[in-house]
Amino acid sequence: MTIKTPNSFRNQPNESGHFGQFGGRYVAETLMPLILDLEAEYRKAKTDPSFQAEFDDLLEHYVGRPSPLYFAPRLTEELGGAQIWLKRDELNHTGAHKINNCVGQILLAIRMGKTRIIAETGAGQHGVATATVCARFGLPCVIFMGATDVARQAPNVFRMKLLGAEVVPVTAGAATLKDAMNEALRDWVANVHDTFYIIGTAAGPHPYPELVRDFQSVIGREARAQLLSRTGRLPDLLVASIGGGSNSIGLFHPFLDDPTVKMLGVEAAGHGLDKLHAASLAGGRPGILHGNKTYLLQDEDGQILEGHSISAGLDYPGIGPEHAWLKENGRVDYTSVTDTEALAGFQLLCRTEGIIPALEPAHAIAALQKVAPTMDKDAIIIANLCGRGDKDIFAVAEHLGVSL
Amino acid sequence: MTRLQSAFAKGHPALVCFVTAGDGPTPAILDALVEGGADVIELGMPFTDPMADGPAIQKANLRALAAGITTSTIFKLAAEFRVRHPEVPLVLMGYANPMITRGPQWFADQCADAGVDGVICVDIPPEEDGELGPYLREKGISLIRLATPTTDVARLPAVLDGSSGFLYYVSVAGITGKQSAALASIEEAVTRIKQTAQIPVAVGFGVRTPEQAGPIARVADGVVVGSAFIDLIAQHGDDAAGPVRELATALAGAVHSARKELA
Repeated sequence: MTIKTPNSFRNQPNESGHFGQFGGRYVAETLMPLILDLEAEYRKAKTDPSFQAEFDDLLEHYVGRPSPLYFAPRLTEELGGAQIWLKRDELNHTGAHKINNCVGQILLAIRMGKTRIIAETGAGQHGVATATVCARFGLPCVIFMGATDVARQAPNVFRMKLLGAEVVPVTAGAATLKDAMNEALRDWVANVHDTFYIIGTAAGPHPYPELVRDFQSVIGREARAQLLSRTGRLPDLLVASIGGGSNSIGLFHPFLDDPTVKMLGVEAAGHGLDKLHAASLAGGRPGILHGNKTYLLQDEDGQILEGHSISAGLDYPGIGPEHAWLKENGRVDYTSVTDTEALAGFQLLCRTEGIIPALEPAHAIAALQKVAPTMDKDAIIIANLCGRGDKDIFAVAEHLGVSL
Repeated sequence: MTRLQSAFAKGHPALVCFVTAGDGPTPAILDALVEGGADVIELGMPFTDPMADGPAIQKANLRALAAGITTSTIFKLAAEFRVRHPEVPLVLMGYANPMITRGPQWFADQCADAGVDGVICVDIPPEEDGELGPYLREKGISLIRLATPTTDVARLPAVLDGSSGFLYYVSVAGITGKQSAALASIEEAVTRIKQTAQIPVAVGFGVRTPEQAGPIARVADGVVVGSAFIDLIAQHGDDAAGPVRELATALAGAVHSARKELA
């Protein structure tokens, strides 16, 4: 296949919501009118200065942005190559980048007159962020969560309940994130008149991949301005972990048209790419699920396979459609790291910088261990530290054979 | 006249019956539906992630997949049905990914070879028609679209464009097998849709009994029943054909005679 290099990598999706052959609006007819309404409302919001002002104000005073861009001296020294800078989105209110998107989407929901919020969650971070903004704006909130995840993420379930959300355990399928998303879609179809679905990652039917990316792009915009003001130059490489791909597209997108900036997305290779894993780009092929066309883990009949990762937040058999497009046109490189490598990355960051990362960005740290030593010492890498690791200490202890 | 056109030109409303391929003894179940009086058969293609379906059909999908159903087996079931029942239209209903995974041309060719009359794809709206529609039409296979309570007058022509066979009116905004719509709202919607639609309109979602099906058949060209059959198959397993035939017979009685009672 020959891929033409576009004039800009930042003008997708097209009018029909496609990123090249990916993306689109593959939803049941019941949802189609609502999806079209959402797109129209988002177009208006995007050009409405008062919407942007309210979004910015909440990000500053409620979320705590801008998040710091931190030079990590001991990690840099340990790896012995490029300078490593960390974008500290784990310092946001609720402890991850998910809140950026939730603030944007709940403002859209209110604009559209919707009075009930639903969301899916895997590890619980997006569920907590959604429950948080619902509490902040006084809207009822229902979170769909696989029963398996409810059992293994009890602290986040309790957080959501404290914040006033109803948590619905989903027992269908393998009872994890993809099943939670199916159930959220079923609820939405039955309640389109009053309900807004806050999707947690840069996937789903158009316009979700676009609007989630736009709300998360605050990460890359800040990082770009922060590094320019501190060093007077752009980074050589960006590194971020990918499940659905919202933290990575948020970091990457503002840099896509800077040709000297390379980018590396890190998928979860689980037990290994020849075993159970969640690396849709490395081990999947294009297909249609949850409203969009993208790379999916699937069998030869198109039945969807279960993903596996030590990180519940990366444990999804698909990936946002813009990543599928950026892979095919070669603008972004994608790699994967195993559970074992991620655990090593997790411990490395704890030990060298006094920062306990979530298991999701631990995958990005693990990728740094491979790539940073191969680069010059004056090169600059920005890695996205998209979540903090408090939620993961029990899982990590178990994997390290420590009983708490 | 195509088999689907004939099915809606019998002088009475059509009974459309849905079952999931590979859930229970499918050939015997399909025969039982025909013997009971089904005018159109919808054969569900199981999918791991049936987002528009309620618990009954979700479980049927997973049972069928666990029992080892594959796409090639589904086409074999369809081709064998066509030999046994040369006149009864068979429609495949399912989700996009299993349909397009080997390419839409492959799928359309297989449908044509197996004698499939139409395809209902839940998650390919008119906006994404190019994914499958042109390939089916080129092979003379009807693309049957869904209209819902949220499909307004302005949108209806887009839904009808490129569709044929019949229009499937989903009477509730929701998933299969759950609540049923009030008869008055169905009458209003069908009357409105028939002002625009040049093809028959069949009504489904939440229709389970002859008592529900009969009154709907007074206004619609067809009535679709699915979850009630799925429940029988879940209950009776390998012995489901008998109970399925009984329900189909009762439904056919109510649907086929619905307008006679009016006269």
